[in-house]
Amino acid sequence: MSAASTTYYDRRGLLGALGRDGLLQIILIANTIIMLAPIVIMIFSAFKTTPQIFQSPFGIPDFTQVGNFVKIWTQTNFLRYLLNSFIVTGASMTLILTLGTMAAYAIGRYQFTGSGFILMFFLAGLTLPLKLAIIPLFMLMRDLSILNNQLSLIFVYTAMGLPTTVFIMTGFIRTLPNELEDAARMDGASEARIMWSIMLPLVRPAMVIAGIQNVVPIWNDFFFPLVFIQNDDLKTLPQGLTTFMGEYTTDWGVLFSGLTLSAAPIIIIYIVLSRQFIAGMTSGAVK
Amino acid sequence: MPHLRMTGRGLWITALIVPPLAFVALFIVYPIISAFAYAFFDWQGLRRGDFVGLENFHTVLFVEPYRSWTINAFKNNVIVFFALMVLQNGLGFILAYALWRGLPGARFHRIAVFLPVVLSTIIVAYLFKLFLHPLFGVVNISLRGIGMGWLAQPWLGQGNTAIWSLIVAQAWHMVGFPTLVFLAGMQRIPGEILDAVRMETESEWVKITGIVWPLVAPSATIVFTLLFVGAFNWFELPYIMAGLDGSPFGSTDVLGLYFYRTAFGNVSSGQQDFGLGSALAVLIFLFVAVIASVITVRLRAREIQL
Repeated sequence: MSAASTTYYDRRGLLGALGRDGLLQIILIANTIIMLAPIVIMIFSAFKTTPQIFQSPFGIPDFTQVGNFVKIWTQTNFLRYLLNSFIVTGASMTLILTLGTMAAYAIGRYQFTGSGFILMFFLAGLTLPLKLAIIPLFMLMRDLSILNNQLSLIFVYTAMGLPTTVFIMTGFIRTLPNELEDAARMDGASEARIMWSIMLPLVRPAMVIAGIQNVVPIWNDFFFPLVFIQNDDLKTLPQGLTTFMGEYTTDWGVLFSGLTLSAAPIIIIYIVLSRQFIAGMTSGAVK
Repeated sequence: MPHLRMTGRGLWITALIVPPLAFVALFIVYPIISAFAYAFFDWQGLRRGDFVGLENFHTVLFVEPYRSWTINAFKNNVIVFFALMVLQNGLGFILAYALWRGLPGARFHRIAVFLPVVLSTIIVAYLFKLFLHPLFGVVNISLRGIGMGWLAQPWLGQGNTAIWSLIVAQAWHMVGFPTLVFLAGMQRIPGEILDAVRMETESEWVKITGIVWPLVAPSATIVFTLLFVGAFNWFELPYIMAGLDGSPFGSTDVLGLYFYRTAFGNVSSGQQDFGLGSALAVLIFLFVAVIASVITVRLRAREIQL
């Protein structure tokens, strides 16, 4: 601490500082309770029977009582939805990162006519709310015969993810030094070889940021499956959840276990990688 | 040889740039341009009929019952925007300020406040729908439990409480986003400026309003604009919590639901009208684009360059 801030605390008085920090601490603790309580109640309720939920919604359950989860496992299409979400998200992310890196590498590493225009073209996609173009998208998918096919989702997600990815990765790739590249070129390495063996290993940090920024909205998306997918066996998790919640309306134990299971993958990954998640999801808004 | 090398490189760049460009052109740019074109035609189901000029726009804006529906949904979007401005962005600023102090446990609080943001809106919507259930929901059970049973009510079943229930659920879901954007903005304020301010004033209020708030203006521009765009595209949470018709009696109807209903039909009326739907989409798009640009320009003007 600098001398200035010491004087500040002296003048102000330790009590004043404690009072202010105490108030802020109370605000933070209250907020954290409000943020976590619904999630804790959800998880607790997943291990209770429906009468137990109604009688003691806050009670700590017997965590060995997994009847609700067994029911979900054996009687519902839940695992199918989960698997579908992994397929759609995985395929979209692979395409986004591959194509995004290709475009960003071309724009960021080479000087060519029209590169500025191409970057602008990608950035335009950044600001357009694609939901409002759902009618032409629906017709387009119909014309391509991929309605009721997960390819429709994968293509839309890829297109939606490219603008942010190109934006983040171009900025990063431009900052990489030229020396390595030039040296390899002198040695007669091909452009493809330079990109693959020399430059790509260096862009991994930007790929992580771009990846997280896109993976969360894709994994969580509900709107596009709602329009494109009708077949129950092709539904992704958020969409399947609506079918599931409609079938079990009175069995609250099963409803809460379904919600808990749906939330579990992303909560676990978030807790492990919270720093990367926060950086990735706010990277569009924080410069 | 140099010439050949250049063509080789040209081909290489083309190969890199064309596939991603094709995706964006086919699945973003083309649909958005088409959305404008669709609005000028009469549609029979999935078949495009005659060119009708501005008739679809006229219908959704001036012909009953569409006129009342449009006004009602728009009015609700405005309420949602201003309410979230206070609940989500206002609270976000306060939380960011508290986190910025670096008090014990700040790291934990930071992770907690962002946790609901990573959840699917569908999960959040169902969770709050169950909590707000009139008989078995944890909210009413708790109210009865602490002797305030007279406050227990069918939150989602009454016009005056339904929209506010949705707003609170949305604020819980997303408050972590403005919080961490504001926090990042505060962390960029140089230490020398803060030390200088501490010499000048003892008032926390002066420090916040005079220094911190102006210096996080770039963060404010971004979260205000994003909230505006988000509020006028609001769909998932009301769709799950209140249904496609914005029940009860349209009290939770918003432009997103109304647009979807008009375009794709709903359970009660199976008819879909792509012409009217597209006209609504174009109007929402133009409104959001114009106002969002105005907000951004106006707010940018008050940003201070450090």
